[in-house]
Amino acid sequence: MRLHEYQAKEVFARYGIPVQRGAVVDRAEDVPPVELRYPVVLKAQVLVGGRGKAGGIQLAHTPEEAQEKASRILGSEIRGERVRRLLVVEAAEIEREYYLAFVVDRAARCLTLVASAEGGVDIEEVARRSPERIVKLPVDPALGFHPFHARGVARRLGLAGPLLGQFAELSCALYRLACERDAELAEINPLALCQGRWLAVDAKLVVDDNARPRQLDLPADEETTELERLAREYDLSYVELDGDIAIIGNGAGLVMSTLDMVAHFGGRPANFLDIGGGASTEAMRRALDIVLRKPGVQALLINIFGGITRCDDVARAITSSPPPVPTSIRLTGTNEEEGRRILEAAGVSAFTDPEEAARRAVTLARGG
Amino acid sequence: MAILVSEHTRVLVQGITGYQGEFHTARMLEFGTKVVAGVTPGKGGARVHGVPVFDTVEEAVEATGANASCVFVPARFAKDAALEAIAAGLDPVVVITEHIPVHDAIAVVDFARRRGVHVIGPNCPGITAPERCKIGIMPSHLFRRGPVGLLSRSGTLTYEIVAGLTRAGIGQSTAVGMGGDPVIGMSFVELLSLFQEDGETEAIVLVGEIGGAAEEEAARYIREHVRKPVVAYVAGLTAPPGKRMGHAGAVISGTEGTAQAKVEALQAAGVQVADLPTRVPELVARALGR
Repeated sequence: MRLHEYQAKEVFARYGIPVQRGAVVDRAEDVPPVELRYPVVLKAQVLVGGRGKAGGIQLAHTPEEAQEKASRILGSEIRGERVRRLLVVEAAEIEREYYLAFVVDRAARCLTLVASAEGGVDIEEVARRSPERIVKLPVDPALGFHPFHARGVARRLGLAGPLLGQFAELSCALYRLACERDAELAEINPLALCQGRWLAVDAKLVVDDNARPRQLDLPADEETTELERLAREYDLSYVELDGDIAIIGNGAGLVMSTLDMVAHFGGRPANFLDIGGGASTEAMRRALDIVLRKPGVQALLINIFGGITRCDDVARAITSSPPPVPTSIRLTGTNEEEGRRILEAAGVSAFTDPEEAARRAVTLARGG
Repeated sequence: MAILVSEHTRVLVQGITGYQGEFHTARMLEFGTKVVAGVTPGKGGARVHGVPVFDTVEEAVEATGANASCVFVPARFAKDAALEAIAAGLDPVVVITEHIPVHDAIAVVDFARRRGVHVIGPNCPGITAPERCKIGIMPSHLFRRGPVGLLSRSGTLTYEIVAGLTRAGIGQSTAVGMGGDPVIGMSFVELLSLFQEDGETEAIVLVGEIGGAAEEEAARYIREHVRKPVVAYVAGLTAPPGKRMGHAGAVISGTEGTAQAKVEALQAAGVQVADLPTRVPELVARALGR
């Protein structure tokens, strides 16, 4: 789960990482006229990338200008995401911009520090253009990350004098934060040098969803759609897509391959929905409820390979709440015969072969 | 020979008194796996399907000679359980549990590496060597012994492909479900090297999905070191960036982790890539000269 910048900065500040003074507002008239030293920067709190280029970050020299600009940004859309809040901060006089992050490194199977003296820009771009400008240090999980590691990194970034020690302190704090808050990514970009001091001008914190049970004080997840939230409550894995063929299957890989099959035969999947292993009749009923709520669905494809999931449970869910759209079903595996018998008694047929079922769903969506 | 397990593997089930642990212990016993002990702290002295339950792994190993573990312990306690198994020297340690925090997985995988223990998972269906040993939750009836080694990041997709192979008369030497999380124990590369050395395995099936760069790493390794034919399938060609597709590890981040890039890397390494999972068996048959 990705936090908004202002939420991430609250966490960063608790770890002693310096951030600008500021306020969060959701109405233009709430932009504080006096508490802040002007000029200020207005920053749209959205989770999509590239908000600066899309006009989501603006400088204002007076409270009047700030309110006027705030009223324009609030409620507008940035790359499809509505702006509901603004972070208003005192503008900083930036001398130089660096990049610093700790990220879960899948290949190295540890946290890895990534730093660069080229900050304030897309780090993937820097990595492509001039990989020698990036410092990477995989952190030994048993040893941890210590000030001496950080000083080594600082040297490679060309830092010296008091800045070196301050950088070490700051990066150790960021490491502690990443570990304690179960971060997949804790990033400061830019990490700015302002009058000889470090300042986290932007902050990005992505927390591992699997760690939510032990990160109880985190804010609610705003990245998901309403149906995605409902699915999570039901313990189903659902992702909304933009096509018209609703899809239900069991197992992440199987459902992904079902989407691919539909696309292969010229159809457009409306969603990804994995009912998981050992799903019950109830889980299947809820799955049907969710995928069919999405407007514009023309057909439904159900792909079940019964392992722990039992075909008769699935069949019972389908017959007890018959889908209101044309449906193609693939059913095979555990208790397959019983499942087919239940479906046939209700006048429903099912394929054994997933390719045939996918082809049929595409035809159904076209009105065939 | 199978890889990682054999008829001599003596399995300890951690979390044996839980619903999943108990259910799958019965399935493993039916398969013929030697499940010799279970561990649930506080429930020592009980029996589950005739299998004695102990409070600690150490005690279970002393009493029964268990040499491998299958972890069904809930996510909150799974790190502790896996570390306990690794500390006791059990090998492999197969972690079935889903939703383990990634920082916990890092600690487990790191400790296993230091101890030279093979960890499979977390969030995986386990390992099956037909006629010899099954650790985990794969549906037994799909398998048939034969020449294909299979390694996969996905559970049900593995079953789909194994069923297809068996239907086509092609059996399996060992099938390994590696797990769908971003940080997992055994990688494609480690498993490929075991399959390359394994005398029973004549062809390899690799099942990948979006997220990370493990398939690309596998492709480099195959080009350099694998002399046996490899057939692959990669799920998620239509997956949008930034969305987790069911598995915690199945997510395209920025430009990294697309199915297209994985397919291209594998093809460039001489791997036959099936465009649909249902087409894997015919490619394998051809690779085996059938």
